Amino acid sequence: MIDQLDAAFNFHQQALSLRHERQQVLASNIANADTPGYKARDMDFTSALERAMQTAGGGGEGLALEQTASRHLAGQAPALPRGDLLYRVPDQPSLDGNTVDMDRERAQFADNSVRYQAALTFIGRRIQGLKSAMQPE
Amino acid sequence: MSMFSVFDISGSAMSAQSQRMNVTASNLANADSVAGPDGESYRAKQVLFETRARSNAGLGGVSVREVVEDSSPMRSEYRPEHPLADDQGYVDMPNVDPAAEMVNMISASRSYQANVEVMDTNKQLLLKTLTMGEG
Repeated sequence: MIDQLDAAFNFHQQALSLRHERQQVLASNIANADTPGYKARDMDFTSALERAMQTAGGGGEGLALEQTASRHLAGQAPALPRGDLLYRVPDQPSLDGNTVDMDRERAQFADNSVRYQAALTFIGRRIQGLKSAMQPE
Repeated sequence: MSMFSVFDISGSAMSAQSQRMNVTASNLANADSVAGPDGESYRAKQVLFETRARSNAGLGGVSVREVVEDSSPMRSEYRPEHPLADDQGYVDMPNVDPAAEMVNMISASRSYQANVEVMDTNKQLLLKTLTMGEG
């Protein structure tokens, strides 16, 4: 039962935490828009999510339950997804080595915020659906 | 990275940009100061930003590494009646470039605004995350 609940939430949980990580990357890009030599970073969200789903399905390097007796049940938390950070290819690199394009970063940030909210809504509705399925009526 | 490090990132950028604004204000205010505490005319200052990397990926906030003095030559003005004029009647005026300082100021305020907006958006998202499954 509980592992079914876990499976029901797993996809949205992975998506949400990857969105959060990307949000931090974009915030860092915007913060360093005037830092000489800073290279803008981003991740390929689709492949990062695919990889996160594969590792989450087959155990992976997540936290494991400590078993101190032979009759304890084994348990494994899914690994936190980590996107591989790539470097952005600048359209107009500036002379001080900074590759942050403010327009692009702001657009990506707005896009990522909306998708974060979407993931949040999905997971909220999922919780609601499961809750109402559990009501005794 | 923890959940709330976005606030550190945007907050450090805001304080770095406001320090840049302070330096610009000081430069503009002293554009005609011919005598400082050391007896010399005022020299324009500039801030140097650096990334405060929190992880090995090189991501993180911003900090001001140091405030350096502008090394461009002082502006010499011919004012023989001035009390600080040298033998030939020239006065060393500060090397502040008002046009460049105005550009600097606008750039700093725009960057500051961008970071405020990032912080605001993230605050709303995290508040919604805290009420997940309630509504």
